[in-house]
Amino acid sequence: MRFCSRSAKTVFLLVLCFLLFLPSMNLSQTQERFPKPDFQSGYTRPDLLTPTPRSQLLEYLDVLVLLVALALATYFAHKLRSRRKLFVLMVFSLIYFGFFRKGCVCSIGAIQNVGYAIFNSGYAVPLTVIIFFILPLVFTLFFGRTFCAAVCPLGAVQDAVVLKPTKVPAWLAEVLGILPYIYLGLAVLFVATGAGFIICQYDPFIGFFRFGASFNMMIFGASILLLGTVVARPYCRFLCPYGVLLNWMSRLSRWHVKITPTECNKCRLCEESCPFGAIKTPNEPRYQGSKEKTVKSLAALLVMLPLFIGGGGWIVSRLDESLSRQHFTVSLAEQILLEERGESTVLTEETKAYRASGKPREELFQEAVSIQEKFRLGGWFLGGFIGLILGLKLLNLSVLRRQLEYDVDTGTCLSCGRCFAYCPFEHVRLGLITPEEAAAQGARDPEAREKNENENV
Amino acid sequence: MKKDRRVKPVNRRDFIRRGLHIFSGITIGGLTGLLFSKSSSEEMVWQLDPNICVQCEKCAVNCVLPHSSVKCVHSYSMCGYCDLCSGYLQPGAKSRDTGAEHQLCPSGAITRTFVEEPYFQYTIDEELCIGCGKCVKGCISFGNGSLYLQNRHDRCLNCNQCSIARLCPSQAWKRVPASRPYILRGDESQRYQKG
Repeated sequence: MRFCSRSAKTVFLLVLCFLLFLPSMNLSQTQERFPKPDFQSGYTRPDLLTPTPRSQLLEYLDVLVLLVALALATYFAHKLRSRRKLFVLMVFSLIYFGFFRKGCVCSIGAIQNVGYAIFNSGYAVPLTVIIFFILPLVFTLFFGRTFCAAVCPLGAVQDAVVLKPTKVPAWLAEVLGILPYIYLGLAVLFVATGAGFIICQYDPFIGFFRFGASFNMMIFGASILLLGTVVARPYCRFLCPYGVLLNWMSRLSRWHVKITPTECNKCRLCEESCPFGAIKTPNEPRYQGSKEKTVKSLAALLVMLPLFIGGGGWIVSRLDESLSRQHFTVSLAEQILLEERGESTVLTEETKAYRASGKPREELFQEAVSIQEKFRLGGWFLGGFIGLILGLKLLNLSVLRRQLEYDVDTGTCLSCGRCFAYCPFEHVRLGLITPEEAAAQGARDPEAREKNENENV
Repeated sequence: MKKDRRVKPVNRRDFIRRGLHIFSGITIGGLTGLLFSKSSSEEMVWQLDPNICVQCEKCAVNCVLPHSSVKCVHSYSMCGYCDLCSGYLQPGAKSRDTGAEHQLCPSGAITRTFVEEPYFQYTIDEELCIGCGKCVKGCISFGNGSLYLQNRHDRCLNCNQCSIARLCPSQAWKRVPASRPYILRGDESQRYQKG
């Protein structure tokens, strides 16, 4: 009975198929080669379990936590002016959004979902992702970057390792400050063409949140954290693409935290307190004589601005070939072309899979060309955007703004509240010293006193 | 705050700033509206289409989790319950012995239980399954194709960019609505037809 006819047939079939083994078997993935058995013994088939994804309710809980965390961060920064409370909230966010939610969903990555939804009509963006993208922007538009201070897990993990921050030279900070714009532009270009979500792909800290990532990404993350001990929050300042949007919103914010709760007497005590270099120091009004020169250079830059935009667009649109190679279809088409020309003898998994699918080659090539064209067009926009940013940065540098007192640079200030405790008037507010003592703080510093006197004259 | 303004209550810069503030507010509002019109209240989750899958074995190693969320599932409604299962036994196995050297599964995640002559039931132990798809390849090549890979949502972190999807050579992965999170075969494929 053991070798019934069915089994003998099976063995025969097995041997036959072995001889004729073909890689293109998957064309016929579901073939009823063997009839469904007719059980006599009352056997019932087990059910296929299909565990459901995380409940929708829990997704809304994330949104609620985000909203509460943003509201609390704003309250702590604006009303309580408490660095300690902000720090506690930051640690909570790190644990919840970072280690508990494993860094997904995050507002930084949501840029891509939003971009993908705008450029690809086939993709319906989940509501929660929209809220994660919009809510911090709205809060920032009114209250400054309190999101960065205590809600963003990526910021939190870097903030926790700020040990001995050094000052980044202003010129270097300006130059590195262009990187986030390029990163943002590239990320949008990549989602618009459907080449993937590069912000998620190169997220340096996701590996820590999940206790596992590729070796290279772990090295990248570890080096950013290591750098973060001496250069405070390097990712936030010099890479974060969402930071670009938050920077814009924060500049226009209705209310923004100030160093002093009441007034500034230019005591200079807060000058070195910001690890992010976001404190504007008072400057000398020196318009005499140089005004004409300033206006001239300003006019020259304004004329140059279209050149920057056009030049940038031209340069980046030339990069379409190397950029589009990041797209799966384009790299596949290229590989197939190489194999057909005999330049690549080893078949890759991708080309094998493509050949097995039996789709016509022309279709693939056509698609690859149209993607490349998209990259060329997108390159013009990306390059133009980078050129515009460069031009505006130069314009900004050439305009001398009068700064009367110590204040935060609303664009780059993360509302972390580190500087508050340095201000003598904050101590007055807390009832630690009297207003007279605070005034004396300003008077104690000879340089500041001199400046004060100059101003009074 | 108003006290600090020395010259006028509203100077030119403040006026421009306030204008831009309102403009940004409107932009964000408009963007939100646009996004809501393109949104779905439903979460999207990652799933691989078993009909496109080529069993390259990359699912086993490319997941961000230490143990991949991709597991082999078994559609019993399609299974032939063969004695000589090409998804269970090594090709060229001399006997239908259940010894480890004869099993196709590298982690011994498939158990074979006798049902009745000549049928055997094959059960996947998900704790042991690594999602390599060796058995799937075997089953598809010589059997009914009742074994196939699926992303198990009790394990999946649902990353925004699935790292398996990014490196899938046949691009079998896609985002599917959370209410229909599996792409099933056999009788089970009816499971999400209604919704």
